[in-house]
Amino acid sequence: MPVAIRCSNLVKRYEGKTPVDAVRGLDLAVEEGECFGLLGPNGAGKTTTIEIIEGLLAPTSGDVEVLSMKWGHQDTEIRQRIGISLQETKLSEKLSVLETLTLFRSFYRQGLAPSEAMQRVSLEEKAAAWVGKLSGGQKQRLAVACALIGDPDLLFLDEPTTGLDPQARRQLWDIIRNFGKQGRTVMLTTHYMDEAEKLCDRVAIVDHGKVITIGSPRELIASLGGEHIIDFSLLNGNGTPALQPYDLSDLPGVQSVRLDDGQFSLAVAEVHVTLPALLKRLKDKSRDMASLTTRHASLEDVFVSLTGRHLRDGDAPS
Amino acid sequence: MSTEQYSPLGQLVLARLREFFRQPEVVFWVYGFPLLMVVALGIAFRNKPIEHIGVGVQQGEQGEVANKALSADPKFQLRLCDPNECRLLLRTGKIDLVVIAAAGPHYDYFYDPTRPESALARTRVDDALQRAAGRKDAAAVGDVELTETGARYIDFLVPGLLAMGLMGGGLWGVGFVIVDMRIRKLLKRFIATPMKKHQFLAGIMISRFIFMVPEIALLLLFARLAFGVQVQGSLLTVMVFVFLGAFTFAGIGLLVGSRAKTVETVSGLMNLVMLPMWILSGIFFSSERFPAAVQPFINILPLTPLINALRAVILEGHSLFQLWPQVVILTAWGVVTFALSLKWFRWM
Repeated sequence: MPVAIRCSNLVKRYEGKTPVDAVRGLDLAVEEGECFGLLGPNGAGKTTTIEIIEGLLAPTSGDVEVLSMKWGHQDTEIRQRIGISLQETKLSEKLSVLETLTLFRSFYRQGLAPSEAMQRVSLEEKAAAWVGKLSGGQKQRLAVACALIGDPDLLFLDEPTTGLDPQARRQLWDIIRNFGKQGRTVMLTTHYMDEAEKLCDRVAIVDHGKVITIGSPRELIASLGGEHIIDFSLLNGNGTPALQPYDLSDLPGVQSVRLDDGQFSLAVAEVHVTLPALLKRLKDKSRDMASLTTRHASLEDVFVSLTGRHLRDGDAPS
Repeated sequence: MSTEQYSPLGQLVLARLREFFRQPEVVFWVYGFPLLMVVALGIAFRNKPIEHIGVGVQQGEQGEVANKALSADPKFQLRLCDPNECRLLLRTGKIDLVVIAAAGPHYDYFYDPTRPESALARTRVDDALQRAAGRKDAAAVGDVELTETGARYIDFLVPGLLAMGLMGGGLWGVGFVIVDMRIRKLLKRFIATPMKKHQFLAGIMISRFIFMVPEIALLLLFARLAFGVQVQGSLLTVMVFVFLGAFTFAGIGLLVGSRAKTVETVSGLMNLVMLPMWILSGIFFSSERFPAAVQPFINILPLTPLINALRAVILEGHSLFQLWPQVVILTAWGVVTFALSLKWFRWM
């Protein structure tokens, strides 16, 4: 497969009183035609990474290749062929949707007709509406339309659905999927694991400026050993010694046991094998359950098993 | 897919024009406010003959005599008052002069010689009292009254307001607008496209020139219709200076906005740049009133040559050729600030 994006040993240090290393030796290769996700908590270095690849930030060191071209040599050529949606852009509120798209279209040699771009993001009815009057989801769709207007081979989306309601998020996912169906490449960042699972062919989980694992969502989840998770918590056992993870690790089918804030999570291969054994073990130890759920393992579990933290914990130092 | 071509420069200018004219409050500040200034200042400082002179006459027997002598001239507005009251009225500016009359006749005048009205009152009152006491004029005189347009305060003011509008327009319309776009990350979004940077800056400049034409035309037309302010020199020369001024202050605006990342920073910088010129460059009164020592500094500020040149053309009919020093100073400011801002400009 030809490669759309290649980064090697990317480093970005923000100088200051206390220099911050946002990206510390990051390697990536995104193939043409795939939808690739950078998944990680806030502050992991996702935006810094994507902005370096977009040519908006200069890396402290390392190499970037976009569509087999390099920043600093063929900038205009690259810009003609990529589309970008930044995390926060406030487009002019007093311009209409059509006017905004026509303005962005004028910067490209070739691309979509503004009406075609509106159709792709289902904003035809809002053609004459001022940007200031659009809802959050409509604004975000317009931002994506501005990224699509040059008919790019490669689309960058930084946190495309952050802050949107579920329906608006699904609409955007459809737009991104349709773009991917044309054989084009997408790179997006997100801190939503469901977004990464549903949209991305491959995901790089990023933490503290490094890729900690990379693969398709299925592969990553399978790497946990068990594709199912049993979550349960216990009632207060008066005086009985606290249950420890190692009390459960010998149960049949259990790949790993995690205890987090009173909640046990067992990664298991087959729920129907492990569950009866678990219930029996608790009965033997005279402990009663307060809650019990079983579910499929998610990228969140992958992240937790690799870092010991949740995605939502954000950038809190660990 | 379409290969239809749109002009990026045209689209950028169009976008700025739309944004501008769709904000009524901004349109008012740019077009309406200078007109209101002309109206307010034109009325407040309209040149009119002095209507009355307030004179306090201190009570007493001789005071009645003086009062009678002065009441022959209707210009005098007379008040009979006791000593304390007279002082109070004088101090608070309700009257211009106090007369204390004694037998003889002998008159003492109390007044503040630094107040032009008081100095005038001193001359007129003395004249009237001397004549009443029997003085005869030694020479015959005749008065010919002339009030010429072009010499009134409003004539002086209009070129100053034109220049002030060009300064404010350049700083707000270029400097502030760019910082606002930087804060909104719109500049960053634009350079994420193949847009050419010089076209963006040219678009800002061209739209600024377009906004300015009605601003200047309205002000000149209004001043002419409402106050009869006439342009003595060539209108073309006026336009040359208007464009040169707009270019210079757009350059200064660009420099002010080239790096600032917050509204507070750019507002502070704009005030820092504009305030000295508001005060020193002679918008409302001649800059020559400041001491000779600071004149070289005042003359090099960009607003001063612009005001001086506009006044010379509008009031005195000077030609472009006569005003070459002003052209040189303005051009130098424009070119230097443009070059520096292109060097320092921050897109993100």
